[in-house]
Amino acid sequence: MILASIFQSGVSIEFYIVLATMLFCIGAVGVLIRRNAIILLMCIELMLNAVNLLLVAFSTYFGKAEADAQIFVFFIMVVAAAEATVGLSILVMAYRKLRTTDIGLFNNLKG
Amino acid sequence: MSLELIATILGGLTIGSALMVVISKHPVRSVLYLVLTFFMISANYVLMNAQFLAIVNIIVYAGAIMVLFLFVLMLLNLSKENEPKTSLFVKLAAVVTGGLLFVVLIAAFKDGVIVAQTAGIDGNDQGLVQNLGQLLFSKYVVPFEVSSVLFIASMVGAILLAKREKQTID
Repeated sequence: MILASIFQSGVSIEFYIVLATMLFCIGAVGVLIRRNAIILLMCIELMLNAVNLLLVAFSTYFGKAEADAQIFVFFIMVVAAAEATVGLSILVMAYRKLRTTDIGLFNNLKG
Repeated sequence: MSLELIATILGGLTIGSALMVVISKHPVRSVLYLVLTFFMISANYVLMNAQFLAIVNIIVYAGAIMVLFLFVLMLLNLSKENEPKTSLFVKLAAVVTGGLLFVVLIAAFKDGVIVAQTAGIDGNDQGLVQNLGQLLFSKYVVPFEVSSVLFIASMVGAILLAKREKQTID
């Protein structure tokens, strides 16, 4: 049992699996319940970080001498930085046009 | 204090600050809790002996990306008053959906067979700066250079998108 082994052996890989899954689900719930587009981007960053945490955990527990997974996490951070920049500038542009960041009001593409 | 206790406390703090990101009504407070979450995740990296990633996480995420978010939030002058509200039904449905997602993911991971645990939490040095730097500049030097092209593209794109359109004089 995955939950029982957390309490038995302390820091095991299962602990980090559960932690990363919880972080990912919190990010997903945040995307669903918030309507401010900037908070939505932040929740996506939270989900990305949950995946990073899981990658580092698996690299620590199962990686041999090579640290390829941690290089992968580094590149995820690079892409996330680029994504946040472009996403925020799109939001600034949308705010100038509509004077709001409420995603319920971004309905210009509805036709 | 034992390692297990430290890890449990850190995990609890990580989950708690992540929850506060979603719960707190004020957007600026939400950003600050996200910074706290990133610091907690960095502490988790330190605990797993991934020191390079811990520092990069603080510099890139907590230092650069979150400051960018904070700047944009303050630029757009959003506050608690004009924060869009979600109906209670949608909130309830979202929480149920998230809980179901968690249960399904855990149920999928539960039956996973751990084949061979090669390294423990202590006694591996793969996350140190020397090891990762050598790997980054030998095996992964091409993706590293390509990422600089990505950054140039995103910089140009951000400036192009956020630039105010020139007012036409007629």
